[in-house]
Parts: sequence; C-alpha cells; structure tokens
Amino acid sequence: MRSKSEYVLINFVKVNYLLIGIIVGSLLLFVFVYPQSVNKYVSVPNVPFRLGLDLLGGTHLVYQADLSKSENKSDAMQGVRDVIERRVNFFGVAEPLVQISGTDRLIVELAGISDVNEAIKRIGETPFLEFKETKADTQAIFDAQQNGQRLNEDPLQSTGLNGKHLKRAAVVFDQQTYQSQVSLELTDEGAKLFAEITKRNLGKIVAIVLDGEVISTPVVQSEIKDGNAVITGKFTPAEVKLLATRLNSGALPVPITLISQQTIGASLGAESLAKSLKAGVYGLILVAVFMMLFYRLPGVVSVIALVVYVLIVLTIYKLIPVTLTLAGIAGFILSLGMAVDANVLIFARMREELKAGKSLRASMHEGFSRAWLSVRDSHVTTLIGAFVLYAFTTSIVKGFALTLGVGVLTSLFTATVVTRNILNLIGGPKLENKKWLF
Amino acid sequence: MVVLNMYKIYTIMFWVSILLAASAVVVVLVFGLRLGVDFKGGSVLELEFTNGRPEIEAIQKSLSDFKDLSLTPSGTNGLMIRTGELSEQNHQIVLSKFKTAFPSSGLEERKFDSVGPLIGNELKNKSITAIILVLLGVIIYIAIVFRRLSGVLPFWAMGLAAIVALIHDVVIPTGAFALLGYFYGVEISAVFVAAALTVLGYSVSDTVVVFDRVRENILRGRFKDDFGTVVHKSIMQTLTRSLNTTFTTLLSLIAIYLFGGESIKYFALAMIMGIFLGAYSSIFVASPLLVWWNKRAR
Repeated sequence: MRSKSEYVLINFVKVNYLLIGIIVGSLLLFVFVYPQSVNKYVSVPNVPFRLGLDLLGGTHLVYQADLSKSENKSDAMQGVRDVIERRVNFFGVAEPLVQISGTDRLIVELAGISDVNEAIKRIGETPFLEFKETKADTQAIFDAQQNGQRLNEDPLQSTGLNGKHLKRAAVVFDQQTYQSQVSLELTDEGAKLFAEITKRNLGKIVAIVLDGEVISTPVVQSEIKDGNAVITGKFTPAEVKLLATRLNSGALPVPITLISQQTIGASLGAESLAKSLKAGVYGLILVAVFMMLFYRLPGVVSVIALVVYVLIVLTIYKLIPVTLTLAGIAGFILSLGMAVDANVLIFARMREELKAGKSLRASMHEGFSRAWLSVRDSHVTTLIGAFVLYAFTTSIVKGFALTLGVGVLTSLFTATVVTRNILNLIGGPKLENKKWLF
Repeated sequence: MVVLNMYKIYTIMFWVSILLAASAVVVVLVFGLRLGVDFKGGSVLELEFTNGRPEIEAIQKSLSDFKDLSLTPSGTNGLMIRTGELSEQNHQIVLSKFKTAFPSSGLEERKFDSVGPLIGNELKNKSITAIILVLLGVIIYIAIVFRRLSGVLPFWAMGLAAIVALIHDVVIPTGAFALLGYFYGVEISAVFVAAALTVLGYSVSDTVVVFDRVRENILRGRFKDDFGTVVHKSIMQTLTRSLNTTFTTLLSLIAIYLFGGESIKYFALAMIMGIFLGAYSSIFVASPLLVWWNKRAR
C-alpha cells in the first residue's frame, strides 16, 4: 500500500506530464498555424489556409446541360465535366472546382481568376476542327484578299470531314526534322472520308482549320487510307501540346447554358478577409475579458483552453483543408462564443457546489461530472443543425456549417479535457481557503 | 408568495411572446419578405468608383438601353444595380458602357450575382427542407434523451415544447427582417437561412439545458414540490449559465456585426436576435408549456 502523500505525488507528476503535453502541443500547433513567427530560426513548411472565392475573389458558375437528346444521361454529363475540366485547367487557377450537381448541372468554381469574362467564353466555346479543300478560284480569291478585296468570300470549301470524326489527337516528334507535330487518328467513317478527300486532292492543299482559323496547309502526297493525319507547321512545343489537348477535349457532347453566376472582385475579397479577421480578434478579446472578469481563476483557465481551441481549430482548417469563406469565418467567430459554453456550464455548477459548502476539489469534480449531460446534449443539438446545413445547402453556406461543426466538436475536447487538467493541477489544497478566486 | 408572483411573470411573458410572434406573422403577411436574388432570381451588380461616383442621372442616361434597372447608391463611392436576369453578354455591355461614359471614374467591379429563377426556386425548396429536417432531428433527439420522464410528462411534451420555442425564436426575427426589408431594403439571402438554422440548433440547446435540470431534479426526487415549482427552481438554477453563454455568444456576434463588413452584417443581426430569443424562450415559452401540459395530463 502506498501512503496518501505518495498518491498525491504520483497524481502531481502525472498531471504535470499532461500539462507539459498541452503546452508543447500548443507550441507546435502555433508554429504550424503561424510559421512566419519562427521562420528566422527554423524552416517550418508553410501549409497555407485555403480561402474561398468570396475572400480571394473569383467566380462561381452554374451550367445547365440540355440532356433531352442524349440517351445515357450520366455518361453525357461525365463527358461535359471532363471537357470543361480540361478547358478550365488551362486558366492556371489554383485548384479549380468542376463538379456535377444533381443530374444535369455543372458547377465550376474559379478562385483568384482575373478575367472572368474570358474564362466564361473559354468554358462555353466549342473548338471546331474542319478539313477544307481548295476551290477552282481559290488562288484568285486569295490574291484578291491580299489586296483587300473579296473579303467576304472563303477561299476554301468544306469537305464534310470535321472534329466529330476525330478519335484521338497526340503530340509526336518528326524523326527527321525533330519538330513536334500533332497526329490525328480518325474514326472509321472519318478514315473513309479522308481517303476520298486525299484521292481527289492529290498534289493539292487540304487545309486544317480550327475555330475558323487555318492552322496547317499540307499538300497531299498520296491517298491516305488508314485514317491517320498529321498537322505540321511552325509551332512551338507548347503550342503543339495546347492544340492536341484542345482537339482531344473536343466539342461538348451536349449544349450547356450558364444559369447562375456569382463573381466577387479581388479587392472586395481582400477587404472582406481583413474585416473578418478583425472581427475574429475582437470577438476573441471580448469573450476572454468576459470570462476572466466573471469567473476569475477558472475564467483564466478557460481562456487558456480557448487559445488551445483556436490553435487546434486553425490546424484542422489547414490540414483537412477547410475552405474558408466569409460565412465560414463567421462560423468560426461564433464558435468562439460557443466554445466557452461548456466551461460556463461547468463553472456555474462548480460555484453552486461551492456555495453548498463542498470542498474545492469535490466541487470541481461535481462540476465536471454533473454538467457533462447538459454539455453533451447542448452540443449535439448544435451539431444536428450544422450537419443538416452542410448536407442540404449551397457551397457558400456549407463553409459556415463546416467551421461551426468542427468548432463544436473541438470545443467539447478543449473545454472539458484541457480545462479539467489545468484546474486539477492548480486547484491543490493551497487554494482551499482562497475560494474567492472561483 | 414569491413563487406565486414568479408564476405571474411566466404567464405575462408567455402571452407577450405569443403576441410578438403573432404580430411577426402579421408583418410578414402584410409586408412580405424581401428576398435576395439568390432566392427570387435576377442580377445584382455592385460597382465602386474609386475616383468618386458620377451623378445617378448621368448613369441612368448612359444605361438607357436597358430597361428595369434599379440603381441604388451604396456607401460614398459604391453603386448597386439590380435587374432581372442579366446574361453574361449584357453584363459585359453594361460594364463597357460605364467605361466609355465615365472613363476616369476609376470603375471597379466588386461583385456580380446572376441567378436564374430555377436555381432560386431550388434554393427555396432546399432551405425549407433543411429547416424541417432540423426540426425533426431535434424533436427525435429530445424524445430519446428525455424519454425517462414519461411518468411525469407525455413523452412528446419536452420535444414539442422545445419546437414551439424554436418556432418562436425564428418567427420573430423573420418578422423583424420583413420590417427591415420594407423600410430599409434589407434582403433575405441564403446566409439568413444559415442563421436561422444555427439559431434552431443553438436555441434548442438552451432549452435542453433547462430541461436537463428539470429531469435531474425529478429523477433525484430532490424536490417534493409540485411540478411547476420544480420547473421554476430548475430555471433559477440554470439562469446564470443561460445568461452567460448567451452573453459570450452575443459578444462574438456583436464583433461580427460591428467589424465583419457589410455583406455579413445582417447575418450577424439575425443571429443576435435569434440567440437572444433562444435563451429567453427556454424560460418563458418552453417551460410554461411543460407546466401547462403536466397540469392537463393529470
């Protein structure tokens, strides 16, 4: 049997470890959340917060696809999504979002994009590849156009072979010239057409036209029956790659229309970010001051727990990562007020027990154990709200629901475990006759 | 004697609440709700003229090709243009008209929202579904948690009392926003629904804390008094806590209201009203209902 003093000692050492754990953990979290603070001394990888487009500036687009003529609707939608994703990837936007919503909607989110109008144009465009042949008076028209005449006439005529006959485009290198080219593989029907076209145009030009612009004018050397063609020309490797990708991404399988647009300018985004950060700092200070004034020593402890709470939550935002929108930051600030809710419940209960004449230790114990049911129940109801909000609303509101939900869960931990351990540590026998502190 | 007077306060406040909620419903019916574009469809273009806003008349003149535009100045240099759904093409035309008519005004596009009527309707339906789901979730949760009180109260009593309090907490701010919309043009947008749903979750948690205490007091048989007195004593025991958590939450909301900027201000206002009412209604709406049902059940 150990003596009582030994138990106290063991207890003290154990709690001390926990406290050290909390302190060291908090420091690590702080460094992770705000690496700029220590970057002079050690280099800590800076995982940035992910900001939503209402803080970065950007656009949220909703497209409606017309699926009335397609048989396999989900395939058609996948096709639309793939094509648009490939187009969007060219904008150089960090982490663009292209997402099917419901059966026939497509959501495109581009954060931090500078020219929304251009992006909308590019998303909606239909790259149109066409093979054209010469007419009897092609040369005449061409000469006249050089002198500014007959500008409305097309020197070339369509062959009926176009992008829909394309199976695949790829970048290849010419073994002799080391030039990069785009090779085209045609469908069976396309190959048949191409064979006829090359046959009747032997020794003549067959122009390859993309979006109305002649991009290559090869001269037919022989009849081509295997359905393979090559686009050559004075292209840089980057241009060849872009061309192949555009051809591959091809035309949209079904027509789409833009039905909703929400665009936020970069300056408004930056302003909102600055303002919401300010609101967050003031919110934190107000809550902290109130807790310390009203609950004195336990209040100070709850503020420490609140700081730990903020560090954990910000780390979670970085790790998941949670996309922070304006509403999301509002959810975070709101959760600051709610995070101390559990502490308020516990401390209020503690005071009651103290008033009833119990010892400090017993009161603390009672406070934590009796308040637990209320703490649990009140948190669960808020979580129900956050969950429904997350599942059934638009992306702007989702951010709010997510930060609120993460906050409520985290505060359950900080307001109980962290507060309890610190209080246990300082609430030794020495404080037994200093109950005014509580 | 003191307790008797307290009961009078409950009765008075209960009827005050009923009156407030009823007038909120009347206000909504008379003035209607001013819905934002995200619900009713249409477009809003928010512009900022960094070198000073041109005269509204001059702006109207330059945009005379477009019908049904409503122009409202905002702030010192801002301008809001509201219209029916504006296609991307027309949106660009409007912008270019500004650039040619007022080349040195320092025009900056702050925000452009354009929502088709279909999406607006969907959002409306989604919001209503979400609210109903939260109500259902709460009533089920409370029914499960408080089922052991079935000897004293019908099993649905606490859930239903909480729901009545919830409706009270959401109806009154909605009425207030109908007034704000009618007199100051404040619109109800998707974030208002987020506020309403959060208030639902938060307000019920307030009620739950009081009910928890009622349950504890009954199960432990600490009071030999009648049910009404038990409820009153439970309210008094939880009062400090209710006031304090409401206060800390209100503090963060006031910070958002004051410093969070224009676009989030009314969201904070809706939450401030809802959360205040949430604490109030657990005492003066949900609890009196419980006592009343207990009397009738006997």
